[in-house]
Amino acid sequence: MTPAAVVFYILASLALLSAVMVIWSRNVVHSAIYLVLTFLCVAGVYIVLRAEFVAAVQVLVYAGGIVVLFLFVIMLVNLAGTLGPRVRVHATVSAIVGCAAVALLLYVSASGGLDTDFGARIDLSAQGGNLQAVGWALYSDYLLPFEIASLLLLVAMIGAIVLARQKY
Amino acid sequence: MGQDTLIRNVLIPTAQILAVVLILPLLIAYLQLVERKVLGFMQARLAPRRVGWHGLLQPIADAVKLLIKEDVIPEKSDRFLFTLAPIATVIPALAALAVIPFAGAPFTVFGYEVKPFITDVNVALLYLLAISSLGIYGIILGGWASNSKYSLLGALRSSAQMISYEVPLGFAIIGVMMLAGSASMVDIVEAQRKAGVWYVVPQLVGFFCYFIAAIAETNRVPFDLPEAEAELVAGFHTEYSGMKFAFFFLAEYTNMIVVSCIATILFFGGWLRPLPNVESLWWLQNGWLILLPLTLGGFAGWLFGQRTGRGLPPMIAGGGIGAAAGAILAMSDLGGLASLSLPAVSGAFWFFFKVSLFLFMYIWFRGTYPRYRYDQLMALGWKWLIPLSVANVIVTGLAIVVKGAVQGRG
Repeated sequence: MTPAAVVFYILASLALLSAVMVIWSRNVVHSAIYLVLTFLCVAGVYIVLRAEFVAAVQVLVYAGGIVVLFLFVIMLVNLAGTLGPRVRVHATVSAIVGCAAVALLLYVSASGGLDTDFGARIDLSAQGGNLQAVGWALYSDYLLPFEIASLLLLVAMIGAIVLARQKY
Repeated sequence: MGQDTLIRNVLIPTAQILAVVLILPLLIAYLQLVERKVLGFMQARLAPRRVGWHGLLQPIADAVKLLIKEDVIPEKSDRFLFTLAPIATVIPALAALAVIPFAGAPFTVFGYEVKPFITDVNVALLYLLAISSLGIYGIILGGWASNSKYSLLGALRSSAQMISYEVPLGFAIIGVMMLAGSASMVDIVEAQRKAGVWYVVPQLVGFFCYFIAAIAETNRVPFDLPEAEAELVAGFHTEYSGMKFAFFFLAEYTNMIVVSCIATILFFGGWLRPLPNVESLWWLQNGWLILLPLTLGGFAGWLFGQRTGRGLPPMIAGGGIGAAAGAILAMSDLGGLASLSLPAVSGAFWFFFKVSLFLFMYIWFRGTYPRYRYDQLMALGWKWLIPLSVANVIVTGLAIVVKGAVQGRG
């Protein structure tokens, strides 16, 4: 196994383990922390795949931003005591979705559609590095989807401000 | 060949990391002594002077005290998170130092070239932003796990503050990134050498936003609301003691150093001497030649002022005479000292000199400004700094486009 593969397997198993712990843990704050660990491991996998920009953004947005907001909500709304026995309502639905996802993964890996060379073929250095490559792609080939996404975010932001202002 | 790659890729980076991690706590201990001394001077009192000559061993004594103190964990706290929090604060603070270049030129040890940074990645600035955003967890978890209302309130305030001020911090950095055309620390300094001017000149507004946001990010005066001792005892670390408290302390000062390093690199030319493109100022390259007489002269003047009761004027005069003597010494190149070409040493000198000026500013602020009120802090961040930093990005972009168009036509 190449060093990249070893690092990948360590990170991937850590990510899976902490993802399981997110659901397993009975303490909501602990769950959030395991979620951060999952995100960090996924960021590590991106680095193994030589996507440093995506890795940095993954940490910045998900681990550093979104989970902090989760924590805020958890801490301000005291959940202790409101957490009953584990929810069983959607057990059948989750079982079906889970089985389908596993089947899909097995099918893809069996049909040889997965890369196992861990990004060895990817070479972004010719285009002046990760950051520039992503920038060029966003502002040339994907300009319209990019602008639509930013418009959507703007609408969401205005909506949030309008909702919050009604209280006054 | 195998051994060579092993040394180059494993041994040297490990040694660099160890050097940073081992030297830093000592540096911070003495930074704290400097802080106490300077604050004492500003408040007309003596500051520590019992342990060692003029209190020089005080940091060591403090460190030993923190090491052997009882480690109290509150009974109703969340033990796991309570222990995790200080660690989660220190690790991002130390990890940020990985991309900071301390000097320009590499130096040679036993025939191997050692670069003056641990790594130089293409996305260094983004990495720093990402790492610093992780620093919030230690504070928020420590405050929550303590199971105390002071800690929780301190943690909530602190994280709200850090989230708010991360936005202008990021925008202020973008202006520099646009000018340099890169997010790598080494490239940014090299771009400043090429431009012949430190980026603080074209990015004065950006620097202003960055520095204010950085002080808020490090939770220092005048934005030290998380530790507002009059209202919150000690904020998020109220319940911490011993080594765990020391970790929070270490993280705060590491963050101060990191933020000062970034300010030096982005806006003040990193390891470059002042006016790096002016050939006739070559004698500035070994800046310690001037700083050393300046310090000695100033110190002698200060002692004279103390003894004769003349106050500070002799110190200023002594410093001025020292600086002039140093400048003459350097310009006349006596003994070939000034033309001594040690790029790694002179680079490191200028870098650490600028960083220490920023650290002094931190202490100066602490001795000068009163604390902000919480709503004032939020209003400053959201209503002033964020619009200002966004406007800075837009104006910088316009300027680059206009300049490009003019040059394209001419």
